[in-house]
Amino acid sequence: MGCVTSPAPVEIERTESAEEVFAVPEPDVPWVTIVHNDPVNLMSYVTYVFQSYFGYTKDKATKLMLDVHHKGRAVVSSGSREEMERDVQAMHGYGLWATLQQDRK
Amino acid sequence: MPGHFEPLPGGGAAVALDDVEISIIRSLAVQLLELIGPGPGADTPEDPLAELFAEGPSEPPADPVLRRLFPDAYSDPEQDPGSTAEAEERRAHSAEFRRYTENDLRAGKRDNALGVIRTLDALAPVDEGGAVLKLSTEESRQWLGALNDLRLAIGARLEITDEDDTDLLYRLPEDDPRKPMVLAYLWLGGLQETLVTTLMP
Repeated sequence: MGCVTSPAPVEIERTESAEEVFAVPEPDVPWVTIVHNDPVNLMSYVTYVFQSYFGYTKDKATKLMLDVHHKGRAVVSSGSREEMERDVQAMHGYGLWATLQQDRK
Repeated sequence: MPGHFEPLPGGGAAVALDDVEISIIRSLAVQLLELIGPGPGADTPEDPLAELFAEGPSEPPADPVLRRLFPDAYSDPEQDPGSTAEAEERRAHSAEFRRYTENDLRAGKRDNALGVIRTLDALAPVDEGGAVLKLSTEESRQWLGALNDLRLAIGARLEITDEDDTDLLYRLPEDDPRKPMVLAYLWLGGLQETLVTTLMP
């Protein structure tokens, strides 16, 4: 669904050099990307970003957007630290306020 | 319809803009470009490799607009700060992330703002003192990103930090010095809202 509208930078393979500096202390615990609420970003735009970057369905993207809006935050993706750094960088590129952390729940 | 993007058959979007609107958007895009600044290769244009290997900054920007455009990647505002050592570790990770990503992020936002200026400058004027801006899908994506960055920038300048602030701005008295910026903010929001609709997957 999102393939048609995915911006080109998403396709680029990341080099690993930047990430090797820090050793991951708990490799079995996945990392998550969290998007935080802010009053400026339009709800339609946030939904558009979740659909076009992550390739989520309209329903899933809308649900995540509403979580961000009402709960102040939502976990939008999970995976390795390198993958989450790539997702956070992409979110910052779109102007969304995102952070990553290890999921200790 | 003025101030509203409409989808073009076969992809892309169009909006009618008058001369004042064109000049406001262009001026805001130029200001955004100046704020983001030139790339790291600007000082050594004869050496393209310098830009490729240049590291970005490790400290968050001092300007509140730039801090919003380039936030810390490891600082969850609601997370229990934990021990001093944990906070220091997150700060170090944010600095590292910034060094390797901020130059690319700045370049992407510069490209979007430049795309806006380029399409505006290519407009053919019509008799009534305006023009119809027609964007390809790719140009629409650049505009969408730039409109969002402009609204984030104005939002930071107006110190909009929660939904109540936006409500307050709607009710500003006519003589408030922030009024023109608020009107621009709301107008850009309408442009962005209608543009994103034309791009929905």
